[in-house]
Amino acid sequence: MTRLTYREALKQGLREALQSSDKVFLLGEDVGRYGGSFAVSKGLLQEFGPDRIMDVPLSESGFTGAGIGAALGGMRPIVEIMTVNFSLLAMDQIVNNAATLLHMSGGQLNVPLVIRMSCGIGRQLAAQHSHSWEPLFAHIPGLKVVSAGTHEDARKMIMAALLDPNPVILFEYTAMMNLEADMEDPLPAVDLSKAKLRKSGKDLSLITYGSGVYKCLHAAGELAKEGMEVEVLDLRSLRPIDTEAIVASVRKTHRALMVDDAWQSVSISSEVSARIMENCFYELDAPVQRLNGLEVPMPYPKHLEDAAIVQPSQIVNKVRQMLG
Amino acid sequence: MTAQEQTMKADASLKMKLLRQMLLIRRFEEKSAEMYTKEKIRGFLHLYIGEEAVATGVTAALSPDDNVLATYREHGQALARGVDPGAIMAEMYGKQEGCSLGRGGSMHLFDAKTKFYGGNAIVAGHLPMAVGMALADKKMKRNQVTCCFFGDGAAAEGEFHEAMNLAALWQVPVLFVCENNLYAMGTALKYSHAVTDLEKKAPGYGIASATVDGMDVLAVLDAAHKAVDTIRTTGKPYFLVCQTYRFRAHSMFDAELYRDKNEVDEWKERDPVTRLEEQLTAEVALSADDVLKMKKEVEQEVDRSVDFAEKGTWEPVDQISRYVYK
Repeated sequence: MTRLTYREALKQGLREALQSSDKVFLLGEDVGRYGGSFAVSKGLLQEFGPDRIMDVPLSESGFTGAGIGAALGGMRPIVEIMTVNFSLLAMDQIVNNAATLLHMSGGQLNVPLVIRMSCGIGRQLAAQHSHSWEPLFAHIPGLKVVSAGTHEDARKMIMAALLDPNPVILFEYTAMMNLEADMEDPLPAVDLSKAKLRKSGKDLSLITYGSGVYKCLHAAGELAKEGMEVEVLDLRSLRPIDTEAIVASVRKTHRALMVDDAWQSVSISSEVSARIMENCFYELDAPVQRLNGLEVPMPYPKHLEDAAIVQPSQIVNKVRQMLG
Repeated sequence: MTAQEQTMKADASLKMKLLRQMLLIRRFEEKSAEMYTKEKIRGFLHLYIGEEAVATGVTAALSPDDNVLATYREHGQALARGVDPGAIMAEMYGKQEGCSLGRGGSMHLFDAKTKFYGGNAIVAGHLPMAVGMALADKKMKRNQVTCCFFGDGAAAEGEFHEAMNLAALWQVPVLFVCENNLYAMGTALKYSHAVTDLEKKAPGYGIASATVDGMDVLAVLDAAHKAVDTIRTTGKPYFLVCQTYRFRAHSMFDAELYRDKNEVDEWKERDPVTRLEEQLTAEVALSADDVLKMKKEVEQEVDRSVDFAEKGTWEPVDQISRYVYK
């Protein structure tokens, strides 16, 4: 067991990826000399040199497109878009090129590219720097979209994403960077396509991902004190979504609550709810419920930011109601 | 002897090869228009007629190992690169014998064999990719050039400027070829660019640039040889602006309200195909009979491409989700 922060777990994952092949290189804004906007890549420039850790100008479309081209040219780039908030500037490259080329070329060109971005709230960063935009990417065929909601996934998802021959979007979480946790060492490889049961329970399924995982685990701990055995299913993969795991959990608990910080309308939670209806409606003892971020641009003051995202206490209260 | 000098001494056989290539593009495009009116080809169809010298001249300066990326008006580049005319026509028919399995149509020709990377229909969207392909070549120490065609419209896009900066910053072997046909769809150059001498945009990025008469295939070939030689020697990017003109409408849905018929006629006086043909007959390298023979061969080749497309088959609907993921 090693105790380490989410940031350190990410760095170890990156290091492992860079060590795995000379073809792997990291490019992104401030990843080198600055050490990474969240200090994730701090020290890697010294360790791997400027050809492997490439600082780029502020040109999200340009360097994301260059990552796609380098992948087509036989390299294995990891593009870091500093935060999801800036990803819209690269959306043309991601959607029109990375996600499309394989199908549009009749199977001739695949894009083995990993795009990492930090997601969700930071510390009072207001409306343009606090987005939870996983659903935007999960909408797009041709992309794989994964979300590192735990230290273990922060550590292992980068390598798994690199081994995938498709473009993979990897979400990391700004608010979790300093969070410490114990981690097994060495860790087994992760299967990117599978959801993971983080806690088993029989009374209700909390279905979540990303910044929701630890909140749900915390809430489940509180509820256990009151005798409620709540299950926590971490989706991990947002495209494709592991429907089988969702159905298995709902068949066991007969109640489902979706928890995530993204806006609710047309979201992962909408999709999961629909899949439950389609696949195991008659297993339900109660309607599927959802807790999401409020549909407002993120406000700056702390109390309003807190109000805009899901809090563990809300999860506890909601579960009490649903089981009450 | 440098490649440039070699071009200067381009013998009659090279010129005849260039003429044949341009004739093939011209005839292929005319046939495509015909097939469009017969509703064999649907969707958007952008013809290259008038601009043949650019693709023909530039591509002739490349080696088979080099990468080529082009726009949605790319039949000429694909043919010049050696993509099979039948596979291109079948692609436009939407048949699975097409070079992109029929998935892409006119705007999305891809052919990995000839290193032809599209067929990219978001204006300037392929420029960053071209930089990345050149970066991969540099990292893997392959002495290859990535040639990226785009239009004057693309030079107004942010991705053009980002790509130019990245290419210069990273010193990667990209040949940016701007086919300046004076119109971004229906908006004239002067309404799109504050500085209409597009080659002047390169020095600001520290990129060498040149401009050439894009209606003269020999001049284009010379300029392209010079550019490619420079790139192979220095490893740095190069920006070549070819001044050209499209004789036909932007696409098949264009009433051409934005330009004067006299202007079109004036440019037609500079037809790159006629120009080389006349030059070759004047040099007595080519007789009227030779020209006729060449045109007949080209006609047959284009007819064969139509036959191939006609005989092609439709991809079964149950394969529609194939290749969303590898």
